[in-house]
Amino acid sequence: MNLLPSLMPMLDAVRERFEDRLDAVVAPRANEVYFHAHPDLVAGFCAYLYKAWDARLTGVFADDAVAEAGVFHLYYVYTLDAAGGFFILRVPVPPNRPEFTSLTNAVHAVNWQEREIQDMFGLKLIGHPNARRCALHDDWPEVHPLRKDFDLRAPMPPFQGERHKFRQVEGDGVFQVPVGPVHAGVIEPGHFLFSVAGEPVLYLQLRLFYTHKGTEKLFESLPITHGVRLAESISGDSSFAHATAFCHAVERACEVDAPPRARALRTVCLELERLYNHIGDIGAICTDVAFATANMHAMRLKDRVMRLNEHLTGNRLLKGMARLGGVRFDWAEDQLEPLRRLPGQLRPEFDSLMELIADSTGTRDRLERTGTLKPETARNFGVVGIAGRASGFNHDLRRDIPHAFYDQTQFKVPVFTEGDVLRRLEVRRVEVGESLSIIRQTLERLPAGPVFVPIDEVPAGRVALGYVEGWRGEIYHWIRTAPGNRLARCKIKDPSLQNWPALSEAILGNIIPDFPVVNKSFNLSYSGTDR
Amino acid sequence: MFDVLRKSLKVGVVTSSYPATPAALSPHARGCPEIDFAQWQDARPAARVCPTGAIAFTDAEGRRTARLDLGHCVYCGLCAEVDPAIRMTRRCEIAAYRRPDLISQATYSLKPDGTHERLVKGPDTPAPMVAQPKAVAELGRQIQAEAARLFGRSLHIREVDAGSCNGCELEISNLSGPIYDLERFGIHLVASPRHADMLLVTGPVTRNMELALKKTYDATPTPRLVVAIGACGCGGGIFGVNYATRGGVDAVIPVDVYIPGCPPNPYALLYGILQAVRKRAQA
Ligand code: SF4
Ligand code: SF4
Repeated sequence: MNLLPSLMPMLDAVRERFEDRLDAVVAPRANEVYFHAHPDLVAGFCAYLYKAWDARLTGVFADDAVAEAGVFHLYYVYTLDAAGGFFILRVPVPPNRPEFTSLTNAVHAVNWQEREIQDMFGLKLIGHPNARRCALHDDWPEVHPLRKDFDLRAPMPPFQGERHKFRQVEGDGVFQVPVGPVHAGVIEPGHFLFSVAGEPVLYLQLRLFYTHKGTEKLFESLPITHGVRLAESISGDSSFAHATAFCHAVERACEVDAPPRARALRTVCLELERLYNHIGDIGAICTDVAFATANMHAMRLKDRVMRLNEHLTGNRLLKGMARLGGVRFDWAEDQLEPLRRLPGQLRPEFDSLMELIADSTGTRDRLERTGTLKPETARNFGVVGIAGRASGFNHDLRRDIPHAFYDQTQFKVPVFTEGDVLRRLEVRRVEVGESLSIIRQTLERLPAGPVFVPIDEVPAGRVALGYVEGWRGEIYHWIRTAPGNRLARCKIKDPSLQNWPALSEAILGNIIPDFPVVNKSFNLSYSGTDR
Repeated sequence: MFDVLRKSLKVGVVTSSYPATPAALSPHARGCPEIDFAQWQDARPAARVCPTGAIAFTDAEGRRTARLDLGHCVYCGLCAEVDPAIRMTRRCEIAAYRRPDLISQATYSLKPDGTHERLVKGPDTPAPMVAQPKAVAELGRQIQAEAARLFGRSLHIREVDAGSCNGCELEISNLSGPIYDLERFGIHLVASPRHADMLLVTGPVTRNMELALKKTYDATPTPRLVVAIGACGCGGGIFGVNYATRGGVDAVIPVDVYIPGCPPNPYALLYGILQAVRKRAQA
């Protein structure tokens, strides 16, 4: 196998340590290694990789391979940032003993992911601290939609009403405040139950998956090319990042590389997506602390980027641009010209907006030390992306495991340790500047050539991991291909999924009126979580 | 404080003059597709590449009925790449009072090789209301008067995400920004359905949101208007109907106006909202 040299020492060490317990080691790609083993190995493998190699468990999911292999498979994806690759442990679960042992007590980050496996595959979760339903709400019948014997269009009885038993918080003067799923602002649906004593929040229970749309199951029913469009609708604000992660996975399965110009154009689009979201969020954070003027300026700049998106891709959210093997549209001179001018035009205006915010001491007072997520908690919860980097998480796939054109550009990854709303805003501020610089660098050395390689046939029976650092954090798409250019499985991992529980930690001790600004500073995707 | 003022004065007025002037769109913007039914030789290639089933056909007894349903279409343009009879327009301001008005269709007799011989019925294009620049210019002035007559005051809108991908929400939020500025028409986005005259609902309506949507609808005082937003809100979009979704908004509550698009851009939203008010005023 043609393995990345930096992964060699780890592979040797893992082999030496677990040799007799590994059924197979397969490296379909230079930075993606699969270890097949018995479920007994799950806990030990995890502990070893965390301790010895500083790995992060970034995804846990199941795959119904009963038809092909007679078992369900569980996959544990470890990201090895320092070495630039992924170790993936695969263990079987026999259908006649459909259960698996939880890792949540050791790695909080997998809490919801494990419960989702239990709901969607009917594999019983052993030893989980709160093994209740999560992805399917309590009133769902006993169905397991991601099992192959479940029909995508199976009619479900209508929703009868909330059956969820929230944990009671008791004590003198404690009361509970339910909010949602329909909120006061223009945001996505979710239910928050605050327990407060006086003003401070003692406990926050989150309930999501209101926008569950059967997306992963739907992928299995579509030709792979249609999947690109579906991937654009996983989380609208990350349309391009999700669609690119999907294309990346398919390209890796086909052993095809997008041509250099395509990778450059992808990089530009990913940065445009980062720009309009970051600028919009900075404005929205200001609104939530009553600095509406700043938001108006931010929205003006955001719209400028969205108009440029439309000019470059036909759609303000960059929808329609992604394609397997590259991107759909090359850019003519009349499109490149305003793009080239963007950094020079936007930068001074953005700086002046940030000055306005910095000069507003009232705003700073509200943002500083609000919604603090300590680095230690962030690490325990596996928090990634913006929220992670505001709390000491020094990782960014664009730098550590570069995709697209990022290995050809230079940029700073801002990291803070205070973990408050102000630092989440600061991460965005710095990243906006870096995005503009990445766009400039990319355009300066824009390679010539085609913007895609055609992918007409996707070989069956392949597995592949696609990854993209979206504006919110790292996005993973894992696929297993089936005959006829179809997918047997598409696992979508939006960064929101593991960041949500950390929000409950960040709000502790804060007052409910500060919740909107804390929530906004995380700005997690409900649809990306619920799918 | 003075700095804040100085900055605002320096920036000046940024609000778009729409609807007094046509929407400012890039020449590269993609609106809805348009089919030249008379010249349509074969519906199959477009149906094959269409990711949402917006272009679909049924064959029976040597005839083919083929259709384009904007209630699913995401304006991706893939159909136009494979079929010379289809072209992508820049048209985005589209609204329909009835769901069938988003569907255009025609019936063809077939040649032995499965291509179209000739048009035998249609094309049936009940053409959704599409903006006429002149009529649009009137709307801005009409809207406040009509809302005032209808509700005795300005128009209050409550947004409900019944399962969207959040793309529609992004554009709806942009309406309250300085560029599109809904408020200049006396239209406010409000926090509770109890204060609302109109619900803007994005979809597809998920099973988990169905009840919440119904309750929100019930909590909205009559006369109430419901506007279904986006391909998903109109017909379920790319998600369609599956174990977790009910499809478009009208599968759950009655809808007054449909605004297609993925997502509808702010002009399309403004246009559709204005049409909704107009519909009620005409009734
Ligand atoms: S533009 Fe609409 S009709 Fe054409 S392929 Fe895309 S979704 Fe289908
Ligand atoms: S219409 Fe498009 S943008 Fe709107 S919710 Fe559906 S997929 Fe998302």
